[in-house]
Amino acid sequence: MSLVENLPRARKLRLPRADGFIPWLVPLAIVLIWQIGCVTGFVPARVLPAPSDVALAGWKLLRSGELERNIWVSFWRASIGFIIGGGIGFAFGLANGLSQLSSELTDTTLQMVRNIPHLALIPLVILWFGIDESAKLFLVALGVFFPIYLNTLHGIRTVDPQLIEMGRIYGMSDGELFRRVIFPGALPSIFVGIRFALGIMWLTLIVAETIAASSGLGYMAMQAREFMLIDVVVLSILIYALLGKLADSASRALERLTLSWHPAFQK
Amino acid sequence: MQEALRFLTPDAEPVENPDFIEQAHLARGAPQSAARGLPLTIRGLRKSFGDNEVLRGIDLHIPAGQFVAIVGRSGCGKSTLLRLIAGLEAIDAGSIGFGEATRPEDVRVMFQEPRLLPWARVLSNVEVGLGRARKLSDAQLRAEDALAEVGLDDKRDQWPAVLSGGQKQRVALARALVSRPRLLAFDEPLGALDALTRISMQRLLERVWRDQGFTAILVTHDVSEAVALADRVLVIEDGRIAHDIQVDIARPRQRGSADLAALEGSILRELLQSAGEPLEV
Repeated sequence: MSLVENLPRARKLRLPRADGFIPWLVPLAIVLIWQIGCVTGFVPARVLPAPSDVALAGWKLLRSGELERNIWVSFWRASIGFIIGGGIGFAFGLANGLSQLSSELTDTTLQMVRNIPHLALIPLVILWFGIDESAKLFLVALGVFFPIYLNTLHGIRTVDPQLIEMGRIYGMSDGELFRRVIFPGALPSIFVGIRFALGIMWLTLIVAETIAASSGLGYMAMQAREFMLIDVVVLSILIYALLGKLADSASRALERLTLSWHPAFQK
Repeated sequence: MQEALRFLTPDAEPVENPDFIEQAHLARGAPQSAARGLPLTIRGLRKSFGDNEVLRGIDLHIPAGQFVAIVGRSGCGKSTLLRLIAGLEAIDAGSIGFGEATRPEDVRVMFQEPRLLPWARVLSNVEVGLGRARKLSDAQLRAEDALAEVGLDDKRDQWPAVLSGGQKQRVALARALVSRPRLLAFDEPLGALDALTRISMQRLLERVWRDQGFTAILVTHDVSEAVALADRVLVIEDGRIAHDIQVDIARPRQRGSADLAALEGSILRELLQSAGEPLEV
């Protein structure tokens, strides 16, 4: 035994970790080149304001409290919509992954609805809900529903049947089988769904806010466009990028925490 | 048995009721090895999958504590027989009886794949084997004992992903052993291992079988493994037991010895002749 085990093992492929400063080098370089381009007059301020001007606009909005309020409103809409849509998607994914009856009953319908671009519903949603909160929440929830539903379902359906058989042999009850075998087995796939959903969440929210809202980041950008405040428009776009990155990092951290058993996440 | 009982409770009167002896025996927790195995009787067993009749009438008695190897070509029905014994498939006709009442934990299976939960540490994987008893307070202690038995107590907090193939299979063995089964069914458990790991696993299997005295049924395609480990080799052909061979070679058996090689050769010759492929051994 020891003869075999002492042989050197091939180094495992590791996922790059995004903790260091290296991932930030490219964004920083872009900002630097952008600033130089603006200062030298290569890029006219009408087309693109300098990063320093954008920062200044951001500072002013922050002082007035407007920026904070709008970010908060958008963040609130995004999270509530995500929780509602993701929760329902997860529940349907579980039900249809575990029950043949439930799957036969609802899967075809859901697959049909999935193929409608949810943003195409905006006119209808405005007619239904007007421009108040429920319209935005509805759109976000609808947008995040499908990636979470599909990936939860896929995760549960692809759990190794040999492990399920093993669990049954060793006398696990249905609940235990779900908790100890099926759910952990589906988790990597569920996380893929969550990360897709986070992207769709911001996309939907911004579109919804630019079309029908009286607060939020999308509304702020649209207002700025009306008054030709191009620095505020650029500022909004940069904040979207940051918020998107933040959501992605949060889901990655959660992934690392819960999937520490997975060879790809081992230090 | 009676002597053992008297030894435990010297004041007790001699007991004639065999039921009571059995209960005392169970209550004691760790019965003697010879008494721990489960006898197995199979009568007229048949099993088909669709039009394909895999088992066509198997009659077999395995005494308690015997180590039986089942060999045969692939598709001969040997794995199906094992799955029926382990209760993983439904019987079409015939019966499988253990001679006495059994708990679910009494019969355990070990597969070719380790089937460890990748998201559970080694020790919790072993605890899975306790069945309903895993909620008891001594669960962890028993799992640790089982891990020590297969020589992996230092790996208790590792993820299965970092173990080698042989180590994973040893964890699977510990999981099968932890409930102290009385019959252990092995479905080619060493089939995926390299030659050296295989030999050390065979020694480990033989050692735990001798220590614990369970009835062992090993399905394998490796005739040399069968003659090295088993008391008795069953050759299955076309869904029936074609040969029933006693292996009367004393243990510990010397791997590669002339006796084992001669027996292996004669079994191989029968297997291949029946398929119309003469073999020069």
